[in-house]
Amino acid sequence: MSYFEIKDITVTFGGVKALNNVSFSVNKGEIFTIIGPNGAGKSTLFNVISRIYEPGNGEIHFNNQNISKSKPHQIARLGIARTFQNLELFENATVLQNLLLGRHIYKKSNLLNELFFTPKVKKTELEHRLKVEEVIDFLNLQHYRDIIISGLPYGVRKNVELARALCTNPKLLLLDEPSSGLTNEETIDLGFWIKDIQSLLNITVVMIEHDMSFVNKVSDRVLALNYGEIIATGLPEEIKNNDKVKVAYMGE
Amino acid sequence: MRFIFKTKYDQDISVTRHGGDRFWYSLLIIGMLFMPLLIDDFYLGEISYICILAIAGIGLMILSGYTGLASLGHAAFLGIGAYTHAFLLTHGIPFILSIPIVIIVSFLVGAIIGIPILRLSGMYLAIATLALCFIAEHVFIRWEHFTGGNRGLAVPYEEIFGISLTNSAVFYYLCLFFLIISMFAAINILRSPTGRAFVAIRDSEIAAQSLGVNLGIYKALSFAISGAFTGLAGALLAHYIGYLAPDIFNIFLSLTLLLLIVVGGMGSLHGTIFGAIFVGFLPQLIAICRDYLPSSIGSQPGLEPMLFGMILVLFILYEPLGIYGRWIKIKLFFEMFPTYKKQTFKKQKVFNKTDRV
Repeated sequence: MSYFEIKDITVTFGGVKALNNVSFSVNKGEIFTIIGPNGAGKSTLFNVISRIYEPGNGEIHFNNQNISKSKPHQIARLGIARTFQNLELFENATVLQNLLLGRHIYKKSNLLNELFFTPKVKKTELEHRLKVEEVIDFLNLQHYRDIIISGLPYGVRKNVELARALCTNPKLLLLDEPSSGLTNEETIDLGFWIKDIQSLLNITVVMIEHDMSFVNKVSDRVLALNYGEIIATGLPEEIKNNDKVKVAYMGE
Repeated sequence: MRFIFKTKYDQDISVTRHGGDRFWYSLLIIGMLFMPLLIDDFYLGEISYICILAIAGIGLMILSGYTGLASLGHAAFLGIGAYTHAFLLTHGIPFILSIPIVIIVSFLVGAIIGIPILRLSGMYLAIATLALCFIAEHVFIRWEHFTGGNRGLAVPYEEIFGISLTNSAVFYYLCLFFLIISMFAAINILRSPTGRAFVAIRDSEIAAQSLGVNLGIYKALSFAISGAFTGLAGALLAHYIGYLAPDIFNIFLSLTLLLLIVVGGMGSLHGTIFGAIFVGFLPQLIAICRDYLPSSIGSQPGLEPMLFGMILVLFILYEPLGIYGRWIKIKLFFEMFPTYKKQTFKKQKVFNKTDRV
């Protein structure tokens, strides 16, 4: 069985089939990109994986575990982290607090020892901080530690969200349009980081992306989705020249 | 302007940011300790009342200011605290034992009520908590064995280590002590993972969930902690009032607490103190003003609620961050003088959020 596998997932909203019997699998250590026009069901797919939407039928397997029945808050503990299309940062908290929240699943303290802020709580807080600092160094966020999110430019916010996902020490990272709204330079940096996430941190990456040159440069395999159905899977080059994909984007 | 040079991670964890903080807060506490020498019994009582309000404010602030859940029913917790305390004292349980029991009882009641009603959000939650307030008032009236019903319940004369609580200086020190303890407890919770999870729920439930925060448990926990603080305040309030009647814990008291946190400044513990001072002294101020107003206005019975409402609206419109927010702005004005720009606090454009699920 593959590392991460989606089996026959169907999601319907009223009469609309957002996803129709979608099945695919992702190998360990791969950068897997999902492309498709607006409304193809890409973000719905991510929301199904993070268990926010309940699929009509189908199963999701990750690391030899069936996660289709897990609760949304259990997904992070299994090693799946995600970012959001339109940013879901904690706006009125500092960058540091946002990143420390990425460590929530490693929380060891309970209310009683937090009430007195015992040395043990402080020790684990410092351990979390060390991990967070690693991520800060990795994504060059040193200047922003104490700044409140609502005062940051969009590009940096995107970075903070990626950093927050990395703080959970994920095995599988879901990126929802990581390059949207970024400048050219920021997109180039992002490409390097995603490659580094794959090779240095050994994280499998599944991302939704529109920027085809970026997709070609970064991803190992691409899946094209249209109207909730898979129209093609393959290497970036194959997808680029696939007739069905061309029709989906450009029309007949 | 002060630049803090950080050399240790501990500096981001510690309660105070720098030596200046430590100096001024110590000075404040010392000043508060000498207060009974400086002012008369009446104002000492008023300040004790402000301390009680501040403790209740901390409770509501954790729920509304930090977890983002509205509550219009916190008078119910004040009532639960007050009645439980009075009941225990009349049955011969000493003060020192009664207080922890009150805290545990209100914590549990908060958790039990919290689990079902926190599935609601926004307006519906506000209405559910409003209902809680009315239900609690009725329970206080009907459960006569426990509360004495409409006849009321006298809070027993109490001594701690042989010193009577009716002495206003003693009662003042007691309230101050509990306020300081509560403040530290709240700070500790808020700077540890649980407090961060509360902030996460306030700012984005969907992101909190995908980072592993169990929404149900943490919301109920927030409600329970909030209830515990407010229950403690209720126990002290029982001594302040001396005689409990159900109609004390009505919707107006809930609204006063709400006014307290909004005027003080949502999302800051400083705000609870500022708000408590404001709410505590406002009735005095209104009473004093009545004498100077023309009698057609000054003797109007509904003056107080009207002014409360008006102040709440004005603060929401013109200073959503409350007195504490204004204080930060004034401080920054002097730090940056003469280069202060109003735009510093202008809210940045809010970027689109992922569709709420």
